[in-house]
Amino acid sequence: MKAIILAVAVLLVSAPAALASERHPTLAELEGQLMCPTCKTPLAESNSPAANRIRSFVVERIRGGDTKSEIVDKLVTEFGPEIRAAPAKNGFDLLAWLLPLGGLLGGAVVIGALAWRWSRAREPASIGGVPAQNGRVSIEPELERRLDEELARFE
Amino acid sequence: MAESEAPGRSPLKRGAELVALAAVLGLLGLLIWKVVNQEHSKIPQQVAKGEHPPAPDFELPRLDGTGSVSLASLRGKAVVLNFWASWCGPCRDEVPTLERAWKRYRSRGLVMLGIDQQDLASDARTFASKYGMTYPIVKDRRGRVVARYGLTGVPETFFIDRRGRVVDHVPLQINAVQLDEGIEKALTS
Repeated sequence: MKAIILAVAVLLVSAPAALASERHPTLAELEGQLMCPTCKTPLAESNSPAANRIRSFVVERIRGGDTKSEIVDKLVTEFGPEIRAAPAKNGFDLLAWLLPLGGLLGGAVVIGALAWRWSRAREPASIGGVPAQNGRVSIEPELERRLDEELARFE
Repeated sequence: MAESEAPGRSPLKRGAELVALAAVLGLLGLLIWKVVNQEHSKIPQQVAKGEHPPAPDFELPRLDGTGSVSLASLRGKAVVLNFWASWCGPCRDEVPTLERAWKRYRSRGLVMLGIDQQDLASDARTFASKYGMTYPIVKDRRGRVVARYGLTGVPETFFIDRRGRVVDHVPLQINAVQLDEGIEKALTS
């Protein structure tokens, strides 16, 4: 219950911030979400002429009142989806987000199943292939005979 | 009798093995697909060695929005492909040279084609108007043609003869002498 309340509280706190960021993006935010098309590095790390021109375009569009999505969409139209620093969260690109999550979940399920199977497989020990009976450990007759002989020598 | 162990293997283990195998095969398939589809153009190197590789075909939209241009549609003509961008200083400096050559050679069957790349279309249109570019310009929005021709930067110019072969290539800013030489090769090859 505490976890649910905490999750709701986090959502309530972060939602207005995300909305504000969408409606009134800053150059710094977008520099982290866009790539320089010529040098293939984040825009924030590039000073190439192309990166500087994109930076100017972003500033112009922010001043023009565009939202973050509108600015990114315009740049995708001009340069293609490679201008995004991260894949879009829709269409085929959504797979890039879902596959790692699926892999993590699948891995967790496999590890969990193996751990469960391993813990159940730990039956009382058997020696020489003869299963335990009535909670007691049995051994093969030949081994038992040799053991008896060895013990008899010491008696 | 080693096979006798098989019935003892749990379905869970077999399933996990199959999933792991499928994952490995899937990743291997992706890797092969990526390698096969990767554009590793060696056109500049081939031309430098004196070879005449076939010019990769393309169809790109015109910058002014009036349809598109395909290289195949220009077969039978000599073509100068000039890759440029509005933010590139040397591209600006070479425009008068290209424009003069276009006006001089077009009557002999030469087509000059500017390919704007990694650029904002509005900037490119302003640039073309400001510097008086009258030859056709197309826009390589995704950089696919750039990759097929093995571009390393802008400006770069390729010369294609009437048979569709790349016969000359000039990286960086082109001068009038290089341009005339390339055009003559393209017209006479």
